[in-house]
Amino acid sequence: MSASTTEAVAQHSLQHHFATMEQQRQSTTLGMWIFLVTEIMFFGGLFTAYLVYRTAHPDVWEMGSQHMEFWLGTINTVILLTSSFFVALSVHYAQRGMTKITALLLFLTVLCGIGFLGIKAVEYHNHYKEGTVPGPWWHYNQVENPDGTTRPAPHELQLFFYLYFVMTGLHALHVTIGIVLLALIGLWAWQGKYTAEYHNPVHISGLYWHFVDLVWIFLYPLLYLIANKHA
Amino acid sequence: MSEHVLPIRVYVLTFIALMALMVLTAFLSTVPMGRELNTVVALFIAAIKATLVLLFFMHLKYENYILSTVVFVAGLFWLLIFFGLTLVDYSSRHVMGVPGH
Repeated sequence: MSASTTEAVAQHSLQHHFATMEQQRQSTTLGMWIFLVTEIMFFGGLFTAYLVYRTAHPDVWEMGSQHMEFWLGTINTVILLTSSFFVALSVHYAQRGMTKITALLLFLTVLCGIGFLGIKAVEYHNHYKEGTVPGPWWHYNQVENPDGTTRPAPHELQLFFYLYFVMTGLHALHVTIGIVLLALIGLWAWQGKYTAEYHNPVHISGLYWHFVDLVWIFLYPLLYLIANKHA
Repeated sequence: MSEHVLPIRVYVLTFIALMALMVLTAFLSTVPMGRELNTVVALFIAAIKATLVLLFFMHLKYENYILSTVVFVAGLFWLLIFFGLTLVDYSSRHVMGVPGH
């Protein structure tokens, strides 16, 4: 054991049921991956519902996608990808024991997350004003034709918006949890709780944030990029 | 310690690639190729982006403990079974005369 490892053990970073720091690190990583796979299954059900109903009603899905704000969705994609980059760097600096930089990068990530939720809230508010929130708030019943006349909106359009709100809402919930998690980890990193030998919480919380990013990487084209009205 | 510390260059390059792919997918969505092809292209780019995040940001390429990768691939495999068999069901209902297609 190196001197710094001995020190980490002295700080009780090594739980008694693990033999070495490396074994502990691998176990927590594996545990996180198992959790993330259950999350893939969780979101997988929604993506399957999306797949089934989009296959059944492709025209309605295109119509629904025209209600998405292309630029807001794109800006949010930039924000999340950037935040993932910050998290990756924060783990890198944690590995080198530079935990003040880790903390700053995590705080930047938290800001990105809050910005993401803010833009999402603007989008939700627009849908509310437009009357495309399913349920009692739905009052989008007439679709305008190119010649100015109107026709009844297909009722499957509510189905698209149900899936839109559940998928992005569940994703936003994950972002919220991630913000709280990374804020706490950032605070503890700032206080010097983590070292080059022991920073598992930074590593596995980072994995969680990257997962949230992964879900958005698929939500973005599936919801925002179906219709080409921004061309 | 056997934890692999990647140089910052790897993360910067991954980030640049992700941004470039994002611009590409946003741009290609404005090119009319037909709805199906547009979707296939967008999902293909999304898959590349996801792979980059998994391999570099999430360290799957460098994780010296192979079991994490095994767990992830098992999850992905399950997801494909889920998608595949559900589609087989829905797309064969009218052939079988089952209501609800």
